[in-house]
Amino acid sequence: MIQAVHKVLGTETEFGIAVRGRPGYSPVTASNLVVAAAVGPRRVRWSYDEETPGRDARGFGPIGGDLDTGMLNAVLPNGARFYVDHAHPEYSTPECFDPLEGALYDKAGEAVLARVAAAARASLGPGEELLIYKNNSDGKGNSYGAHENYLMARAVPFAEIAAHLIPFLVTRQVFTGAGKVGSENGRPPAPYQISQRADFFEEEVGLETTLKRPIVNTRDEPHADPSAYRRLHVIVGDANLSETQVFLKLGSTALLLSALEMGALGRPVRLEDPVGAMWRVSHDPGLRRTIRLAGGKSVTPLEVQRHYLDLVERSFGGATADAVDRQVLELWGGTLDALETDPRSTADYLDWTAKLRLLEEYRQRDGLPWSHPKLRLLDLQYHDVAPERGLHRRLVEAGRMRRLFTDAEVQRASSEPPERTRAYFRGRCLARFGEAVAAANWDALVFDLGEGALTRVPMMDPLRGGRETVAELIDGSASAADLVRSLGGADARTGTQATPPGGSR
Amino acid sequence: MPEQEHKQPRRGVPAEDTPQEAAPARGSSGELAERIDDLLDEIDAVLEENAEEFVKNYVQKGGQ
Repeated sequence: MIQAVHKVLGTETEFGIAVRGRPGYSPVTASNLVVAAAVGPRRVRWSYDEETPGRDARGFGPIGGDLDTGMLNAVLPNGARFYVDHAHPEYSTPECFDPLEGALYDKAGEAVLARVAAAARASLGPGEELLIYKNNSDGKGNSYGAHENYLMARAVPFAEIAAHLIPFLVTRQVFTGAGKVGSENGRPPAPYQISQRADFFEEEVGLETTLKRPIVNTRDEPHADPSAYRRLHVIVGDANLSETQVFLKLGSTALLLSALEMGALGRPVRLEDPVGAMWRVSHDPGLRRTIRLAGGKSVTPLEVQRHYLDLVERSFGGATADAVDRQVLELWGGTLDALETDPRSTADYLDWTAKLRLLEEYRQRDGLPWSHPKLRLLDLQYHDVAPERGLHRRLVEAGRMRRLFTDAEVQRASSEPPERTRAYFRGRCLARFGEAVAAANWDALVFDLGEGALTRVPMMDPLRGGRETVAELIDGSASAADLVRSLGGADARTGTQATPPGGSR
Repeated sequence: MPEQEHKQPRRGVPAEDTPQEAAPARGSSGELAERIDDLLDEIDAVLEENAEEFVKNYVQKGGQ
């Protein structure tokens, strides 16, 4: 039994992108346009040489090579990373303290994208429009990711994590799916399926994210002390528009991982064919078909989820869950009940059932067969991040889908950092001393104090550097040099490393 | 951070409706059909033109 690590978490979303009025426009060019519009002429560089775990902590000195890829890469004042990855604009939330905050900063990404798409209009011709979609597939066999990250104790053997994660991830689709018209990647035909991504998984465990995608990804880059932590990188999820659904996805997974750390999950549920089960579950929006376990027994996805929910609830023992965890447990249980009774009853907060309901209404009104292109357009446009066009947004405004946050809260999160993680230090330093920040990364800030060598401030602990410990320090510093001195007397001239924000360890 | 869920004001739906009821639930089936038709009309107005062409042109090569 291991002490559960506080589940600092975050999401990474690759957005689909197109230019109306210019069908052949390269998504790479369009992505660069969007990120350039976001960061303006003065941007803080992302330092790639911090991207390896376990490296020597010496990071000062001139930063070189971080722009060699020619890809735009920036840090936003809310502590997020915004960049071009492959052919997509990608937004990584800052490190969030809990799943509620994670959902808020995930939604803040949509606000950022909607804003920059509008700003990028100036670079386009008359009648042309940048269109940005928070989805995971173009419907033609090309998929792009919506990844989740969770801080975990290094001490849990990875094989144990994978053994529990596989059945959990295969079956959590029933409440994480964003819904999709049709099937892809050689899977059998399906008029409508639960998940955008399920068709694309071909292995059980592996390092890939673009080819032969595995259900459990083994990337090992903790962006924190590697002897204490790992960062679990989950790549099977769909990008969700529903705020409640992002919260449920992050919350249930974080609680499962904590229970796993505490040794509370018992023997893993072994699926006979996890890769096959992945798409079979997705292709059954009626939620009645069973999947086979190793050994021959059959279970429904909802039964597997109930099994894990039950173990997670018991893992609390006599202890009282905090308010957010209680909210997750209630929502998780309530969702399984609702899906059991009638999946349509979740259409006010699950993307896949909300979209299905809308498609059925169109089918009924216009007599459309499932193969009609208008249904594919409705599917795509459900995910448009522009408030005036996005159909999820239309359903929210018509009172058909619930929210967790107000527009004002989402807007605020798109420019201000979370307050209980190191993202606060990163975001506030950028907002206050942006000109002096030469480069940034998840676990370090590099200052150029105009005195020769650069000074690196390490931030190896995701829970250090929050408002409580550093707000006064930052607000009370007249300059970046002042701040660096206060942090521990770093001497920029000799290149001494400053102490981490929040005190030395 | 919000602890409680915030509900958006709903167009044409009485304020005391719970989210679960916000969908069909109230009123006669005629009223319901009308409300759905209104929403679909509203969506028709913002849908991209020429669905077939538009969907065909949406191609995203090179993602994770």
